[in-house]
Amino acid sequence: MKIDRRVFIGTAAASAILTAPMVTAAGHGKPRVVVVGGGAGGATAARYIAKDSNGEISVTLIEPTRRYYTCFFSNLYLGGFKQIEDIGHSYGTLAAGGVNVVHDWAIGVDRDAKTVSLAGGGTVGYDKLILSPGIDFVEGAVEGWDLSAQNAMPHAYKAGSQSELLKAQLAAMPQGGTFAMVAPPNPFRCPPGPYERVSMVAHFLKANNPTAKIIVADPKDKFSKQSLFQEGWANHYTGMVDWIGADFGGGEVSVDPNAMTVTIDGEETKVDVCNVIPAMKAGRIAELAGVTDGNWAPVNAADMSTKADPDIHVLGDASNQGDMPKSGFSANSQAKVCANAVRGALTGSRVFPAKFANTCWSLIDTDDGVKVGATYEATDEKIAKVDGFISATGESAELRKATYEESEGWYAGITADMFG
Amino acid sequence: MHTLLVIIAVLTATLAVGKAGASELGDGDRGAAVFAQCKGCHQVGPSAKDRIGPNLNGVFGRRAGEIDGFSYSKSMARAGADNLIWTQDTLDAFLENPKALVSRTRMSFRGIKDAADRSDLLAYLRRYSDDPSNIPEAEPTITGTDHSVDPEILAIQGDPEYGEYLSSECTTCHQIDGSDDGIPSITLWPEEDFVVAMHAYKEKVRPHPVMQLMASRLSDEEIAALAAYFKGLE
Ligand SMILES: Cc1cc2nc3c(=O)[nH]c(=O)nc-3n(C[C@H](O)[C@H](O)[C@H](O)COP(=O)(O)OP(=O)(O)OC[C@H]3O[C@@H](n4cnc5c(N)ncnc54)[C@H](O)[C@@H]3O)c2cc1C
Repeated sequence: MKIDRRVFIGTAAASAILTAPMVTAAGHGKPRVVVVGGGAGGATAARYIAKDSNGEISVTLIEPTRRYYTCFFSNLYLGGFKQIEDIGHSYGTLAAGGVNVVHDWAIGVDRDAKTVSLAGGGTVGYDKLILSPGIDFVEGAVEGWDLSAQNAMPHAYKAGSQSELLKAQLAAMPQGGTFAMVAPPNPFRCPPGPYERVSMVAHFLKANNPTAKIIVADPKDKFSKQSLFQEGWANHYTGMVDWIGADFGGGEVSVDPNAMTVTIDGEETKVDVCNVIPAMKAGRIAELAGVTDGNWAPVNAADMSTKADPDIHVLGDASNQGDMPKSGFSANSQAKVCANAVRGALTGSRVFPAKFANTCWSLIDTDDGVKVGATYEATDEKIAKVDGFISATGESAELRKATYEESEGWYAGITADMFG
Repeated sequence: MHTLLVIIAVLTATLAVGKAGASELGDGDRGAAVFAQCKGCHQVGPSAKDRIGPNLNGVFGRRAGEIDGFSYSKSMARAGADNLIWTQDTLDAFLENPKALVSRTRMSFRGIKDAADRSDLLAYLRRYSDDPSNIPEAEPTITGTDHSVDPEILAIQGDPEYGEYLSSECTTCHQIDGSDDGIPSITLWPEEDFVVAMHAYKEKVRPHPVMQLMASRLSDEEIAALAAYFKGLE
């Protein structure tokens, strides 16, 4: 049954957006959109559909947490540049803006009946379903680590209590102690994220624990903004950071959360804090909905609809869309394209061509901000990179400060754009 | 160096003519067959090694003559020192006529005259360079839409509804209520100032790189639409 459906859908999906057919909701009044996940992608999509349809579409957002802590700027919290409450946001304004916010987990999707089932019991029907569940971790990705070890060795790659835990462990490190990070393989959320974290941890240690060391075991042989980060580490945190890439065995890692040891390429080290960032995959609900292929959900670039089902869209980190990095900026950008297409399909409103953009700012030290950004367009195959820019090494202190201030402005902008 | 720049400029200009929409680099599967004529000297792929020619993994975005331990011609080393970076445009020029770009390169190859063959080959090679989803600064994978339009269209009447849609890209950073911490306000600008500023970014006269990028792919109608929308906000 499902197979037939998919074959049929493959060709229908491409033409759907061009003709923007009007879907009159069969027998239940207003067309219904259900959004799963109230993060960068989901909150934005819910808000834009509710706002722009002026009540013509009923929008339900399913999100278990009452307060969303942004991963973006959570590294700045570790570095002492932000308080935890600076990065927390609630859903009150979205609800006031007409989004029906349900604090629950989605635990299943019935694609034939077009319903989503909730952990708290009951189901919600949809005409269009938007999944933006972020990431989960690949089981067994780091030898010796699983979710039960996340207290001893936090990932802090979903922000909130994990960030607070890592920060407390960092502050409790003995003088001259060792902070280890196990960096993730590609693809993962926020390509510069682990390296901005190294910078922020180093910033904290330089002030509070200047003889401490940071070791990074990395399964990759290169990473985003590498020359900028390495220049910054050499200038600001001389001798503190030891980055071990794939060529030097950085991918051969196991950990022992009880003994607090990390073994890199056969060599065991006793550490005081160990931040394990395992390999990632789409948030599990995408897999349960049957729209993933491997670890991620393949989508059509024009409207973020899945290749498996034209009535299910996947946004942000969980999607496999092509050239965009998994970032909050990307998820927000994709959400607006998706919202416009979904509204067009449900109410016949105008559908405009897809355009995407991303910029990732990173803070290396006080007033030392850098950025990488690009624009993207939809092709038949994927979201493809058209053009881009990156900060240069050796930039003036003034420019770096302006770049940091820009990131503060961006943070205020994107969170207002997500939550209203 | 001068010749290099001129050639690249001319090529870029030629590439830019008559381009309607975004175009893919080429057909990578066909490119694999085109690569057959390179295989005598070059390897690419997971276990590629330097042979008579350097291996071609990661060639997009690499500086000319940069592989450690490979013995390049003086000419190629100098091109690297002069900032020759291998991109879609420079690789295309080199493949068309190697000696026209790097005069005494050791690559004794007559070149590939057929533009489609070259773009297919480059699409194939592109698979073995950094993926922008992992390394956002990696080289682009398509050639963008060319939006340059006759200046007379500057006077066009903007469509505020379209402007509202487009504005969602602006409001990721610029706050709609006009607050300006770190990022300037763009609401309630006089339409003409808005259009002039955006075109200055588009022409890269105004310096900010993010804005240059955003503006570069907006058509004149789109800029007018945005100006109309932001002007009309309460
Ligand atoms: C340390 C760090 C730094 C970062 N810095 C930046 C940065 O500077 N700039 C940037 O642009 N990006 C940054 N990012 C990346 C950014 O946080 C993510 O890419 C972005 O949050 C992805 O958005 P999303 O909507 O896909 O997922 P998320 O924002 O993670 O949202 C997913 C939501 O779905 C909910 N959910 C999951 N499963 C279910 C379910 N079954 N039912 C209901 N709800 C569910 C979750 O509770 C969560 O709230 C950073 C990430 C990290 C880890």
